[in-house]
Amino acid sequence: FSVLSFLSSLLLITYKMPLLQPPPAKYGGRHTVTLIPGDGIGPELLNHVREVFRFSCVPVDFEVVHVNSAVETEDDINNAITAIRRNGVALKGNIETKHTMAPSVKSRNNLLRTSLDLYANVMHCQSLPGVQTRHKNIDIMIIRENTEGEYSSLEHESVSGVVESLKIITRNNSLRIADYAFKLAREKGRRRVTAVHKANIMKLGDGLFLQCCREVASGYPDITFDSMIVDNTTMQLVSKPQQFDVMVMPNLYGNVVSNVCAGLVGGPGLVPGANYGHVYAVFETATRNTGKSIANRNIANPTAMLLASCMMLDHLKLYDHASSIRNAILNTMNETRLHTADIGGQGTTSEVVQTIMRFIQSKGQLTSEY
Amino acid sequence: NRFQLEMQTVTLIPGDGIGPEISSAVMKIFETAKAPIRWEERNVTAIKGPGGRWMIPPDAKESMDKSKIGLKGPLKTPIAAGHPSMNLLLRKTFDLYANVRPCISIEGYKTPYTDVNLVTIRENTEGEYSGIEHVIVDGVVQSIKLITEDASRRIAEYAFEYARNNQRNSVTAVHKANIMRMSDGLFLRKCREVAENYKDIKFTEMYLDTVCLNMVQDPTQFDVLVMPNLYGDILSDLCAGLIGGLGVTPSGNIGANGVAIFESVHGTAPDIAGLDLANPTALLLSAVMMLRHMGLHDYGNKIQTACFDTIRDKKVLTKDLGGNSKCSEFTADICRRIQDLD
Repeated sequence: FSVLSFLSSLLLITYKMPLLQPPPAKYGGRHTVTLIPGDGIGPELLNHVREVFRFSCVPVDFEVVHVNSAVETEDDINNAITAIRRNGVALKGNIETKHTMAPSVKSRNNLLRTSLDLYANVMHCQSLPGVQTRHKNIDIMIIRENTEGEYSSLEHESVSGVVESLKIITRNNSLRIADYAFKLAREKGRRRVTAVHKANIMKLGDGLFLQCCREVASGYPDITFDSMIVDNTTMQLVSKPQQFDVMVMPNLYGNVVSNVCAGLVGGPGLVPGANYGHVYAVFETATRNTGKSIANRNIANPTAMLLASCMMLDHLKLYDHASSIRNAILNTMNETRLHTADIGGQGTTSEVVQTIMRFIQSKGQLTSEY
Repeated sequence: NRFQLEMQTVTLIPGDGIGPEISSAVMKIFETAKAPIRWEERNVTAIKGPGGRWMIPPDAKESMDKSKIGLKGPLKTPIAAGHPSMNLLLRKTFDLYANVRPCISIEGYKTPYTDVNLVTIRENTEGEYSGIEHVIVDGVVQSIKLITEDASRRIAEYAFEYARNNQRNSVTAVHKANIMRMSDGLFLRKCREVAENYKDIKFTEMYLDTVCLNMVQDPTQFDVLVMPNLYGDILSDLCAGLIGGLGVTPSGNIGANGVAIFESVHGTAPDIAGLDLANPTALLLSAVMMLRHMGLHDYGNKIQTACFDTIRDKKVLTKDLGGNSKCSEFTADICRRIQDLD
């Protein structure tokens, strides 16, 4: 058995993971990106993104694909998937899953992630200087397996009144995500990777995940590897979050940990998220909230979606535009009177966006207005 | 009240490590408070019964069946001992289906979160901890999460009963029915059905991730939370972290047939065992929970007040609470306050 694992780890080292390349720009140097407005606050936030992009003359054209969450057929989401295959990159709002519909109607967001094999969900949680939080100096990168685990959508009612839901863990996907985590840690100069699991209870499933992480860790001797059980992790996060560096975990624990971390740095309105596969990349807010209760009231925080669009620009190698918008956002964050309700202020979404655009203009960059 | 004057028997399982010393601390405090409790000490070590099945010693089971109420200290987790953990054995023996953790901020023990006052009620028999796993093919593992109608209804009913008996205003079901449509959907449906019979309690539903997100930003918005096993495990530890960790968090397990076992959920701390350094707060607060469960609210409140006053005063604190005192000094201070309160 040890010979097998040694050979397979050799294979891993020699197998070159294809680097995710963004699609090249088209004629005229312009990129086309799929835009899925989604539900709730998605449409208004993405409109603001388009507004800022137009204002800053960003060479990106959006192909808008609507996905209606109220219908049972999967035509809409399949169109969206086709569009993303065509363009290679997407920016999306969250598509609501009405769980009043039959269980056979699966989550559209999940379908998108699994069809496009966006196996790594990456979230960078950093304390922002202008935002008041209970904990300071947080800088955690969370890498979450995005396609399997508890989100396999395999459920059946074996006997009336007894439902079984399958959680699938595979060696391939666990190796893949662990490798992604270590590669990213090395690339960003991070020192430690922590695997989050519950292998004391789910001995085979999470046990396999942990074993894969350990195998990959052996190939990165410069990075420390340790593991922590998920319930202890949440306890540590609310008392001493500064101890964490990079965290890698299966799907559901990723959901819990990323939401806890987003809450610790100031809330769902501040943190962007990215979903990467070997070929495609989709950007959205990290905590994927629909925000139905605050939709269309001009109070949603545009920061998370705008920062996600900057991550997208970085991915398309439009670094200057990305930095310019990001700096404008961070400068705006420092003005407390502009904070939106979710971070304790009374500012409106449009005020924040206007200020961001003014910052961009003040730097002397080319804008669509004078 | 005749019930209050009658001595009630409680099975005491001191446990391992610091278990015995914190148990004696609790017994001393109860004696000072003149609580009508008669302790019956029992040990639980796994023994092999007829048929080769692991079980708890018969005298422990007999005591629990008679007294129905138990107080338990931390138990060692055996590694490669060949038998399952004692906690699991206890759970199966008495069908302890509900794990209840009230998380209340302790004034005087500072954490970044103040005014936390919520209760997590976790289904403890099924869900993701069914223990059913298979290797489908080499490299593919399947873990089965089991949700049944009966268990979901039972935990929902307990949650609403608890809310009513403890004057709580709302019950929130925590789920992920957007992803686990059938399983969490079934859990949610049962909660909704039970809510119909408790119109005086407000019922809401919230996604697990939304709860986590809001919990770390504003825990005051939550009251009673009811959920399946895994989410309960994570959330109850998260909430324990909000108020200061497992060393100060009480816990109760409710079983079928009126059995209830209250326990401290921290570890055995073998490095400080026998050195009079342990903090008995978790076990003491669990014992207070037990008193309230038995209807002895006056004694429970008295002991809790004395304990919180000692911690707030900060003069005699054990090391984990930031002080330098011994366990016996901490206990003596609480006893003194109880006598002053009388």
